[in-house]
Amino acid sequence: MPESLSRDEVAHLAVLARIDMSEAELDHLAPQLSVILESVASIQGVASADVPPTSHALPLTNVFREDVVEACLTPEQALSGAPAQEQQRFSVPRILGDEQ
Amino acid sequence: MTTTADNRETLVPFDEVLERYDPALGLEVHVELNTATKMFCGCPAAFGGEPNTHVCPTCLGLPGSMPAVNRKAVESAIRIGLALNCEIAEWCRFARKNYFYPDMPKNFQTSQYDEPIAYEGFMDVTLSDEGGDGETFRVEIERAHMEEDTGKSTHVGGLTGRIHGADYSLVDYNRAGIPLIEIVTKPIVGAGEKAPAVARAYVSQLRDLIVALGVSEARMDQGNLRADVNLSLAPKGSGVLGTRTETKNVNSFRSVERAVRYEMQRHAGVLDGGDSILQETRHWHEDTGITTSGREKSDAEDYRYFPEPDLVPIAPSREWVEELRGTLPENPTEKRARLQSDWGFTDLEMRDTVGAGALRLVEETVAAGAAPQSARKWWLGELARRANDAGLEIADLGVTPADVARVQALVDEGAINDKLARQVFDGLYAGEGTPDEIVAARGLAVVSDEGALSAAVDAAIAANPDVADKIREGKVAAAGALIGAVMKEMKGQADAARVRELILEKLG
Amino acid sequence: MTDLRKTAAELADDLASGATTSVELTQAALDRIAEVDGAIHAFLHVDAEGALEAARASDERRAAGRTASTLDGVPIAVKDVLATKGLPTTCGSKILEGWVPPYDATVVAKVRAAGLPILGKTNMDEFAMGSSTEHSAYGTTHNPWDLTRIPGGSGGGSAAAVASFEAPIALGTDTGGSIRQPGAVTGTVGVKPTYGGVSRYGLVALANSLDQVGPVTRTVLDSALLHEVIGGHDPKDSTSIDQPLPALVEAVRQGASGDLAGLRIGVVTELGGEGYQAGVLARFHESVELLTKAGAEVVEVSCPHFVHALATYYLILPAEASSNLARFDAMRYGLRVLPEGLDAPSAEDVMRATRDAGFGDEVKRRIILGTYALSSGYYDAYYGQAQKVRTLISQDFASAFEQADVLVSPTAPTTAFPIGDKVDDPMAMYLNDLATIPANLAGVPGISVPSGLADEDGLPAGFQILAPALADDRVYRVGAALEALLLEQWGAPLLDKAPALDGASR
Repeated sequence: MPESLSRDEVAHLAVLARIDMSEAELDHLAPQLSVILESVASIQGVASADVPPTSHALPLTNVFREDVVEACLTPEQALSGAPAQEQQRFSVPRILGDEQ
Repeated sequence: MTTTADNRETLVPFDEVLERYDPALGLEVHVELNTATKMFCGCPAAFGGEPNTHVCPTCLGLPGSMPAVNRKAVESAIRIGLALNCEIAEWCRFARKNYFYPDMPKNFQTSQYDEPIAYEGFMDVTLSDEGGDGETFRVEIERAHMEEDTGKSTHVGGLTGRIHGADYSLVDYNRAGIPLIEIVTKPIVGAGEKAPAVARAYVSQLRDLIVALGVSEARMDQGNLRADVNLSLAPKGSGVLGTRTETKNVNSFRSVERAVRYEMQRHAGVLDGGDSILQETRHWHEDTGITTSGREKSDAEDYRYFPEPDLVPIAPSREWVEELRGTLPENPTEKRARLQSDWGFTDLEMRDTVGAGALRLVEETVAAGAAPQSARKWWLGELARRANDAGLEIADLGVTPADVARVQALVDEGAINDKLARQVFDGLYAGEGTPDEIVAARGLAVVSDEGALSAAVDAAIAANPDVADKIREGKVAAAGALIGAVMKEMKGQADAARVRELILEKLG
Repeated sequence: MTDLRKTAAELADDLASGATTSVELTQAALDRIAEVDGAIHAFLHVDAEGALEAARASDERRAAGRTASTLDGVPIAVKDVLATKGLPTTCGSKILEGWVPPYDATVVAKVRAAGLPILGKTNMDEFAMGSSTEHSAYGTTHNPWDLTRIPGGSGGGSAAAVASFEAPIALGTDTGGSIRQPGAVTGTVGVKPTYGGVSRYGLVALANSLDQVGPVTRTVLDSALLHEVIGGHDPKDSTSIDQPLPALVEAVRQGASGDLAGLRIGVVTELGGEGYQAGVLARFHESVELLTKAGAEVVEVSCPHFVHALATYYLILPAEASSNLARFDAMRYGLRVLPEGLDAPSAEDVMRATRDAGFGDEVKRRIILGTYALSSGYYDAYYGQAQKVRTLISQDFASAFEQADVLVSPTAPTTAFPIGDKVDDPMAMYLNDLATIPANLAGVPGISVPSGLADEDGLPAGFQILAPALADDRVYRVGAALEALLLEQWGAPLLDKAPALDGASR
């Protein structure tokens, strides 16, 4: 497993994470990330294959909500933080990608 | 390796495709559940409503909000899984599917990844074709899992209201969070030339199953049943799977069939030309009957799935599963056998009925009082023809099973005859009212007044003395011409059999 | 004003007896904030109007004989990571500058329903990522003990507010020590409840499987009182425990009696020694001595996988956080920045530019790391592996708790370090969480109680007590016992030794 991140890999991850990064930022960040990655890579091989992963500290299961309508926000409340709105909808810049 | 040329697709004739290639199909169907509330919050899941009036911190993805699972949605998922003969997971979780899109408030979708609630099932699909020998085709189900729907954006400023070329978009999150069940088939192989028909029959009969379960309206034209069609071709007999394309925007059963057929022809064109199929998502265009390329993705989407940490696992007890199994409607295969027996249909008649997507309609027409053969006659004959001409599904003609039963009852009573019945159907398509109202309004009733009939017969005899003589001489067949004359006089509103009787009575 | 040095429990008594009113108390707190917060910078937003209105309502209720709770009328500060309807909630980030939530977090709703006036929102490391509050986009908070030093993090604002008598009590959140570590370095008390013991609905998530809301106070009793207000099952939080809280206030009263006969205290080998400041260790060992004198038995326990806790944490947290923070995309709320030089920027362009402008360095580091840890091809080696090591850590706790009733350690390896010392060295910063992280990974409750001042620098150190999941009463009992014993030894609360701040009167 690679234990350092190249500048290119960081740039790629920044794209996946939708964060613009300047050249200077990439220069600054990549070595820091490599140091961190080296450190966290120390857990490789610590747990054998038969150790189950924990995704929850508590062993809860089957927590459900009944199918009963509850109070909504008013549209004013829903849109209260909107950077732009029109016709009671959130106005967003042109979308390039396709819906999934 | 080159990509396909979008502006000049070569389509290989369908029969030729099958000479060289084996098609493999994959169908992904999304069912929007008819629960009262959304998948993870108590907002109404109702259709319509002013924009952004059915939202809360959770379905809006506001910072700090958390999901809470709708029990009814889980029940529906289990019931769908059972109806599809699936295994129901003893323990499963939700997972986050991470990607950025403005109609997804959290920029991840809470779905299920490698732990679906139902898996490894099948559905036996009935096909019927013009050749007369139908068959049952088993479609294997990979999985059925729970997820949430996205919001809806309308694109402003472009030419077509579609996303390309738009200036900006307006997003309504009413739909965000509505429960969806995604049903995925395993690759369907071995259908050969029947692949388009299998695809269509699968979606149509899956729809019937969903409606019978009562978990969704499941209407493709309303978006509560959505189908994505996957297709690949492999060299005939090779036994491998080719590169597949996924086609979206397929909004009716006919479109499913057409899209499969088109993609088969298009793939063959590419492969024949020595190129490779580009693995991509394509968009079906109902008006032009073609698919076009979706925007090519710069890198394969990495959804970075991980178990949803704000929700706990679902572990349906076997008791709960059995309880839900008890709520299932009759198994479709058993039901068909029972109906066929009740109705006295031949195998072919039954297959044709199912194949035409008319099973439920015939069933309801019989329940409304019509004889099974009459119901079949109307739905598979007159109404199927009308639907085909109008480019509609028979269920969308505006004619109900109750209407059809009433029309047949009127014919049985002698109030109208078959020819007049067709005019009643004209009235039904046009929305003129009930069958009785249409008969009255259009004056279609068969004249049963003996006096009027007798007078019309006398008039026809008088007007056609030579024909009358022939009948007197015993050439009974000649009566046909006189019957025709009387019917014309009566504008068709006479019982032809009675007219014939009267003629023969009068002419000895 | 002497009132402000009283504990919340004492103030509640004063309110009940009529010796003071909520309006007086709240006004006094607001005056204190006005006086010293210029230097401390604990608050990002002060809501004088709202607080006084709530105070008036409290006094009216009391006059009508309808007090809502024991703490009705006692003012409180709230960490800016909790959604407060009508009050800005920034999470210490530019990307949420000015965002006013249309809803209350469950704990905020409970606090309001219990009648506590909310003074305002306190400063924090951006999105709770940090151990010093230096990563706040709105400037760092200063430690009341020494204004050139950090107050701990991520909840430095709440701890500093309480330590400087701006507020008697506060709400904080703890993901890897963000309540306990600031408690240690400011000489205050902080509790991380059992995971699931307090609702997270309305807590802007950092790492969903690790986060908990908890009390930030000057005494153990105050924490128990506040914990009993905010704790309990919440149907809106599917991970919340559907059981009543243990009797926490009762546990405090029991512990304060000072009798710990029969209690087994486990000193965790891996949470001490190298990397720990001598003065911090000295105060720790003295506290352990005190507890044995009160009847407790001390055993050494080893939790061998704790050495991997930091790495495990710094894989799980960024992974969950990278997904949680994806929603900040300029579409529905928060900052929207248009990229320069583009005529018709797309939604994607705007998202990327906004997130670049709106997120600070530490947040970006962790998002990138998390994205990496979850990406296909790396999931098994990083996130997947970390969740397994987490199981091993939980197992270490389980076997340790067979040998001891509580586990103890110094809360943090050092006392408050100077502002600027570690801010450019992420790994050095992460080491502050060495002792606190294991509890979050396993979901067990923990408390930090002041253990005294370190000899080298005269700055506070903290004593951490951990108990098995659901045994929150145990940390309160033992914490209260130690607090009482130390108070007896010192003769006065530790905070009395903190320097007087400009304009403050005793």
